[in-house]
Amino acid sequence: MRENALKHFLTKNFAQLLLTLVLLILCIVLACKTSYFFTWANCYNILDQSSVDIILALGMVFVISSGGIDLSIGSTMAFSGIIMAFAMKSGIPVWGSLALGLPVGILMGACSGLLISGLSLSPLVITLGFMSIGRGMALILTKSSPIFGFPNSFKFLGSGQIGPINSPILMAAILVAISSVLLNTTKWGYYALALGGNDEAVRRAGVSVWKYRTSIYIFCGLMAAIAGMITVARLNSADPLAGWMVETDAIAAVVLGGASLSGGKGSILGTVLACLVLGTLDNGLILLAIPSYYQKLLCGIIIILALISTELRSRKEPKSIS
Amino acid sequence: MAEGKKPILQACGIKKSYGHIEALRGVNLDVYSGEILAIVGDNGAGKSTLIKILAGAIAPDSGKIIVEGQAYDKLSPRQALDLGISTVYQDLSLVNCRDIAANVFLGREPVKCRLFINKKKMVEESIALFQQLNINIPSIHALAGQLSGGQRQGVAVARAIKFGGKLLIFDEPTAAMGVQETAAALSLISSLGRQGYAVIIISHNLHQVFSLTQRICVIRQGRVVDTVFTADVTPNQVVSLITGAAQVTA
Repeated sequence: MRENALKHFLTKNFAQLLLTLVLLILCIVLACKTSYFFTWANCYNILDQSSVDIILALGMVFVISSGGIDLSIGSTMAFSGIIMAFAMKSGIPVWGSLALGLPVGILMGACSGLLISGLSLSPLVITLGFMSIGRGMALILTKSSPIFGFPNSFKFLGSGQIGPINSPILMAAILVAISSVLLNTTKWGYYALALGGNDEAVRRAGVSVWKYRTSIYIFCGLMAAIAGMITVARLNSADPLAGWMVETDAIAAVVLGGASLSGGKGSILGTVLACLVLGTLDNGLILLAIPSYYQKLLCGIIIILALISTELRSRKEPKSIS
Repeated sequence: MAEGKKPILQACGIKKSYGHIEALRGVNLDVYSGEILAIVGDNGAGKSTLIKILAGAIAPDSGKIIVEGQAYDKLSPRQALDLGISTVYQDLSLVNCRDIAANVFLGREPVKCRLFINKKKMVEESIALFQQLNINIPSIHALAGQLSGGQRQGVAVARAIKFGGKLLIFDEPTAAMGVQETAAALSLISSLGRQGYAVIIISHNLHQVFSLTQRICVIRQGRVVDTVFTADVTPNQVVSLITGAAQVTA
C-alpha cells in the first residue's frame, strides 16, 4: 500500500522532482565553476530576471493544458507596454495608463480565444497571426523607436522594493499562488485540463467550451500584458521589439514543468521550477562568459527533448479501450 | 403505450442531413416514464444521430423535441441535462487524463465558497455511488485512461445515473464489458425501469433487447419503420424489420 502510494507520488510528480534535481546539480556545478554564482546578490538577480518569464509561463500553462498554444505573448507584451508608454507620455496618470495597457492583453487574448473556440480554428495559426499583428502595431505606433522616461511611481513596478523584496518578484509570487489555486481547486482550472483531455466530453457534459477556452486565452493575454508592464518599468523604456521570441522560453518551461503539448496535463510548480532552471542556466552562461545566444539554442533542444520524453512516457502508460 | 399516459419525451419529424447523406428523414418517437425502449437498426440507420439530437450533442435540421409538453427546436447539452436527459455514449465521453471522481462530476462539480471545488465531497459521493451500483474500480483516484473498457463503461453509467433525472439513454451500454460486468449493467438498467425512469437503449444484441425492454423501435435508413411491443414479436420478426424484409404493426 505504502509502496503504491510512493510509486503514485513519484509518477505524478516526476517532472517536478527531476527539475529540482537538475536545479540542484546546476547550482552545484556553477558554484564550483565561479565563486560569484552562489552569492545572495546573484541568486536574487536570477529570481528577479526569472519573474517576467514565470509570469509569461503562467498564462501558457493554462493554454497548453487546455490543448492550445499561444505564440502571440511576446508581441502582446510589447504592444501593451507601448500603449502604457504612450498613455504616460500624453500625460495620463500611471493608474490610467495601466488601465489602458493591461486591457490590450485581454483584448488580444479575447480575439484569439474567440476565433479559436468559436470557429474551431487552429490555435497555432491564429496566435501566429496575432503575433504578427501585435508586433506590427507596436512597430507602427512607435515608428520602430523605443519610448523612454517614465514617472518614478511607474518605474517602481519594475525596479522598486516592497520591504526586502523586488516588486517583480512579489508580483510573480502572488500570481503563482493565484494560478496554482485556479488550476488545482477551481472549475476553471478543472475545465482547462479537461478541455485538453477531451473537449467533446466537456461539451457533452453541458459545459460552455467556448466560454472557458476564450477565458483561458484572455488570462494568457493578461499575463503577457503584466509581463510587458514590468519590462517597460524595469528598463524605463518601451521597446517595440521587447519580448522577441519569449514564446519559446515560456513553452519550454511549461513542457519541462510536466505539461503535455497535446493537453490535459500541466503544473504550476513544475513550470516555476523550469523557469528557475532556464534562468539559472542563462545566468550561468553569462557568468562563464558564454554568449547568451546559446540559451536560445539550448531552449530549442530542450523543447524537442522534452517532447520526445513526454511521448515516450505516454507510450508506456496503459492505453484505454474506447 | 399505456392508455391516457403522456410521454415524457417526444421526437416529432426529426430530420438531419450531413451533406448529401440524410441520416434521419423525419423520425417520430414517444418515450414514457417507467419503460425501457430499445432503438434497433442496422449500422448507419441513424440510431446514434437520433440519440445525440435528444441529448443535445447535435442540432436537428428540422422537427421538434417535446419534453413534458414543452416543445424545443433543438437542445443544448446543458439544456438536455437540466431537463433530466442523461446519456451514456458509445464513445463514453470520458476525459482520460482526469480521475474517476472528476469524470463522474464533470460539468456538475460541487463547490464550496462559490469558487473552490469540493474534491472531498466528489470522492466520497463517487465511492458511495460505485458501491451502490456494484461497479468495481481499482481506485477512485485512478485516471479514466487507466481503466479497462468495462470499468470505463461503469464510470459513464454511474455518471448518467448520478445526474440522470427522468430519461437515461444508453448507446450500446455493454459494448466493451466482460460477461460479469454485462450482467451487472443489464440488471442495473432493468432496475432503473422499475424505479420509474424512462430508459432508451441502443443495442445490436437482440437477446439483451428482448430480455430488458418493453418496446422496440426499429429504424431503417433514417426512418422509424415500426415501433412494436417486445412481448408481441419474435427476434426473427425484428430482424426482418431491421433488414427491411417485413413489416409488423403492433
